[in-house]
Amino acid sequence: MLIIGEKLSIIAKRVREAMFAKDKGPIQEIAKRQYNQGARMIDANIGPAEDGGEDLMQWMVTTIQEVVPAPICLDTTNYKALEAGLKVHNNEWGRPLINSTSNDPERFPILELGAKYNSQVIGLTVGKGGLPADAEERCAIAAEIMARAMEYGMPLEDLYLDPLVLQVATSQDHAAHVIKAIKMFQELNDPAMKTVVGLSNISNGCPKHVRPVLDKYYLALLMYSGLTAAIADPAEVTETAKTIDVFMGKTLYAHSYLEM
Amino acid sequence: MSFAPPKETWSGKTFEITIGNGAKAVKIGGENVFSFHGFEGNYPNKPVIAYEVQDIPPDDWPQMAKDVYAGVSADPVTWAKHCVEKLGAKAVALRLAGTHPDKGDISADQAAETVKKVASAVDVPLIILGSNHAEKDSVVLVKAAEAAKGTNALLGKAQEANYKTIVAAALANDLKLIAMSELDINLSKQLNILITQMGFDKERLVTDPMSSALSYGLEYTYSVMERIKLAALAQNDAVLQGPMLADVGMYVWKVKETQALEADLPQWGNLKDRGVAWEAVTATSLLVAGTNLAIMRHPDAVAAVEKFIAEMEG
Repeated sequence: MLIIGEKLSIIAKRVREAMFAKDKGPIQEIAKRQYNQGARMIDANIGPAEDGGEDLMQWMVTTIQEVVPAPICLDTTNYKALEAGLKVHNNEWGRPLINSTSNDPERFPILELGAKYNSQVIGLTVGKGGLPADAEERCAIAAEIMARAMEYGMPLEDLYLDPLVLQVATSQDHAAHVIKAIKMFQELNDPAMKTVVGLSNISNGCPKHVRPVLDKYYLALLMYSGLTAAIADPAEVTETAKTIDVFMGKTLYAHSYLEM
Repeated sequence: MSFAPPKETWSGKTFEITIGNGAKAVKIGGENVFSFHGFEGNYPNKPVIAYEVQDIPPDDWPQMAKDVYAGVSADPVTWAKHCVEKLGAKAVALRLAGTHPDKGDISADQAAETVKKVASAVDVPLIILGSNHAEKDSVVLVKAAEAAKGTNALLGKAQEANYKTIVAAALANDLKLIAMSELDINLSKQLNILITQMGFDKERLVTDPMSSALSYGLEYTYSVMERIKLAALAQNDAVLQGPMLADVGMYVWKVKETQALEADLPQWGNLKDRGVAWEAVTATSLLVAGTNLAIMRHPDAVAAVEKFIAEMEG
């Protein structure tokens, strides 16, 4: 399973300060650490970045790829920043992933961007009308996004469907809806649609010591349902991901499997 | 409409390993398809057959395997040259059988002398094998490796019980290495991990999942090899992407079918044909399973297998 390292996010104070100061040190240190912990793609979340977003995304992509042989998940709603980032992305270690489009017409151009730059795109199954009620509603939105993708010339193999994980503390029933949605998404196409989640959403707002427990068990269930990728903290989830990959027959067991 | 055969393609590929130096060096591995499936992808190197030669006369080989080397097998250098010059061997596997405590307990220094002499007498790649006595091998193969420095030979076999010293010897003398585990794909992967964790490059490692003869467990070896190949190709499992070795002759030429006389078991037919067929069929099966390098004994069996390889390649 692909772990997309979530730690380079503008929400974190240290990262935000480094972004504003264009200080490569902390960014590269966190990127390297996540790679060494098992992330094979690095999320670069610069927020909406209304001022200087293009520069900032380019700086993030090149700064990270200077030290880590992995593709980048470009995480912003800013179209121009996405395009700027895609222009400098080094595809040597894999293609980039845009985070994200949705069933909101304002976000459709992102699919065009994905097609133009041969990038993969996350399709978040929400629309303009608020949060989906259950797995079936997520599927209906997914089908809409898939139709848009085809319209804009993006291969469905390049689309990662994201069912939108919600907080277990406030939306407990959605935990099961999302698991079901991961299963149903795959049925929407042959070959099966790829899927991704923002894993730590599940434990948002929960006590610190409980969060890793929630994240890890939830990931195990999602992987059992066929999840392709998770945006997560590799320090926390790599062990789970490797272990479930063994149980699911994706990698061959050896006593040192955790070290590989 | 013409028929287009379906093709299976894989994301992984095996490492290409060169053994020996100069014009006669051989390359094995490097494919991204199953054996002989060149029509589906890259299959750059045909499997190679190495002739087995021992440091001591083959007294424990069955008569018919012994007979073909009568006159040359008293001396390993003469024997090895015979294989290369008369039989056209593409590689020689020198087994230091006499170092086994039960078979003469020849010293490591003496074994190293033999390695040196054979290495300088033949121009084909050398595979240097211990006696499969884990403890003694860890002494013998260290000296043998020193004697083979610069030859780019393939040294083996490193096993769970003795891999540390043998890996260090292969590292220090710039040799390729065979890692052998006993018919267990998970232990095979584990041994390869442990060896690479010592700093040995996985791209210099040959995996021997342990051979077995037809009707004596061949299907186990076949299955393990096939699954290793599948892990290498489908799961892109880097520690299992080395070429594979099948040490065929030593398993075949001790089973009843390669020894029982026609006079005793007339329903089994002619012994010579039977023995040769037993080795050829065992080797061929393992080539199909994924073997890149096979070690064999009888020239007629080698000829049959090489013919098979040539025909499979078109």
